[in-house]
Amino acid sequence: MVDPATLVEGTAEWARVLLPLPVVLPLFGAGLTLALAHRPRAQRTISVSVLSIVLAAAVTMLVLTDRGAGTYSVDVGGWPARLGIPLVADRLSTLMLVVSSLVTLAVLVYSLGQGVADGERGTPVSIYHPTYLVLSAGVSNAFLSGDLFNLYVGFEILLVASYILLTLGGTRARVRAGTTYVVVSLLSSMIFLTAIALIYAATGTVNMAELSVRLQEIDPDVRLVLHLLLLVGFGVKAAVFPLSAWLPDSYPTAPAPVTAVFAGLLTKVGVYAIIRAETLLFPGGEADRLLMWAALATMLVGILGAIAQSDVKRLLSFTLVSHIGYMVFGIALGSAAGLSGAVFYVAHHITVQTTLFLVTGLVERHAGSTNLDALGGLARRAPLVAVLFFVPAMNLAGIPPFSGFLGKLGLLQAGVDDGSPLALLLVAGSVVTSLLTLYAIAKVWNRGFWQEPPAPEDRPVREDGDVGGGVTTAVTVGERTSATLLAPTAGLVVVGVALTAIAGPLFGVSDRAAADLLQRTPYTSTVLHDRVPEVGR
Amino acid sequence: MSPNVTLVLVSGVLVACGVSLLLERTLTRVLVGVVLLGNGVNVLFLVASGRPGGAPILGVSEAADMSDPLPQAMVLTAIVITLGMVAFVLALSYRSWQLNGHDEVQDDVEDRRIVRRAELDEASASYDDDTRDTPEPRAVPGHRDTPPLADALRPDDSEAVGRG
Repeated sequence: MVDPATLVEGTAEWARVLLPLPVVLPLFGAGLTLALAHRPRAQRTISVSVLSIVLAAAVTMLVLTDRGAGTYSVDVGGWPARLGIPLVADRLSTLMLVVSSLVTLAVLVYSLGQGVADGERGTPVSIYHPTYLVLSAGVSNAFLSGDLFNLYVGFEILLVASYILLTLGGTRARVRAGTTYVVVSLLSSMIFLTAIALIYAATGTVNMAELSVRLQEIDPDVRLVLHLLLLVGFGVKAAVFPLSAWLPDSYPTAPAPVTAVFAGLLTKVGVYAIIRAETLLFPGGEADRLLMWAALATMLVGILGAIAQSDVKRLLSFTLVSHIGYMVFGIALGSAAGLSGAVFYVAHHITVQTTLFLVTGLVERHAGSTNLDALGGLARRAPLVAVLFFVPAMNLAGIPPFSGFLGKLGLLQAGVDDGSPLALLLVAGSVVTSLLTLYAIAKVWNRGFWQEPPAPEDRPVREDGDVGGGVTTAVTVGERTSATLLAPTAGLVVVGVALTAIAGPLFGVSDRAAADLLQRTPYTSTVLHDRVPEVGR
Repeated sequence: MSPNVTLVLVSGVLVACGVSLLLERTLTRVLVGVVLLGNGVNVLFLVASGRPGGAPILGVSEAADMSDPLPQAMVLTAIVITLGMVAFVLALSYRSWQLNGHDEVQDDVEDRRIVRRAELDEASASYDDDTRDTPEPRAVPGHRDTPPLADALRPDDSEAVGRG
């Protein structure tokens, strides 16, 4: 281990060069792939290499921030932080960046295998890669932004890209689902924008580090209004109940890789924004009780919705909503343990949820449907897919020794430590939700993989091949699953399992990230350049 | 800072109209709602920028007379984003009209199916009655008198059938 002090001295300069890369490179790559629209092979090469570089940069930045240099920032364009836009890398944002870039890369490789980009019926050849890269840039920008308005821009970048990916091909089902998604997202963006305007009117700045000081000086009532406005805006994006109804309606109709990357990342960007709002901007914990109740409702309503579904994609979308509740629970506790648990859970959930949607894509290829009424016997017909489903499914349900169990355990411990009646109620709710998740997942396993397939006359009545929620099946049934599909899925399954092996170090990072978040000075002093050496903590 | 009341009122009316249009089922109305809502919020940024002043350019106006340039930069960005969104929603509603002959936002088919099951007091499709080996598969004990679900669903799902 190198001495941290020398690391700081030696690396600070080139570490700064890395910081804008996750935003700039994908945007540059998007332009390039758009220009090379008629050359699919070049497009693929560019996309994969851009996202690989972003992943490498993200890992390097995580190691740097965690092991030596601490939080560091870059003032884009050389404008001083109070005038220009800073990009900030701290333990939370770089950890999010590592997980998100890993997942985007894996899903990209998967989509190359599936041929979403160039094979699928009714899909424009040229725009998949540029849009996907823009989405990645938006996610990175949202994670790294140290400026509230730039955070809004990051959200818009990723949302616009997501609108296009969701309505890819413009089939009837996708246009219908996309309409709901677009209108709800637009509304949430408007609420966010209103909050920014009001915050600027109240404080005269949109720099988050400066806001963390100035928001404490304004009238508490005004602060509460601003706080709630921001929470509503972020809550829609994170799909926190009662702002979550749009999600299970819109996600399942998209192509499998698109659904996978949306499920993994987009809601988590909202969760990330809520973490920032609760720790950096409004640290008083004035909305904690509200968030607790929202978390409880999100968990229970989400998982009860999942149980009623018979389409695997919809069922998984509902579990996604449900498990957002765990993260909100951790945030609402407000303690170091709670925040650490939430951060760990975000990392775990991004990986596992994405994997499950990718495996569902494999199931769809094998069986031609994701509806449980039409599925069956997959454990024998496609044993590899069955294993790939089983492992992340058990992980999601929180079976020891998987990371889902560890994450939930961390949150439950934090809840018990808190000790208030509401926190204990949430602990009980979490356990119930976990059991019901196991029930929902076991149902998918039993009916889709274990049981004999239903006899042809016993299948659902819809002859148009449209089984389950208007999900358009645009894949070739029974086609052999290629290595490019299996490899990224298996890779993500392995990463999900490996989270258990590295749970110690990962919890170490999330603990330190939570300590940073609660302390707040590492962030503010770095961004505003009145930096106190904080080496070797 | 005392805000400009006219601008506050304009913004409020625009946002109110926008929200009410956003609640419509027709996408073109939603589109107009988005335009109004976006402009209402943009006007709010003008309120946030404080008193009006000279152009914030060195050498053109005195520093004391300058208006705050930052909200203007933000409004500009927001306007561009709204423009892009409007273009996208316009394309979406046109596509919807191409496919359906109207641009009304439709209900979630699967949701509606679950609601109908509840009305018919049928078990959920995910209910596993474990009667596959018995002579009458998929029958729910005690609910034999209800019409078969498939028939009950068919008329309403006509729009879902034949989608291209």
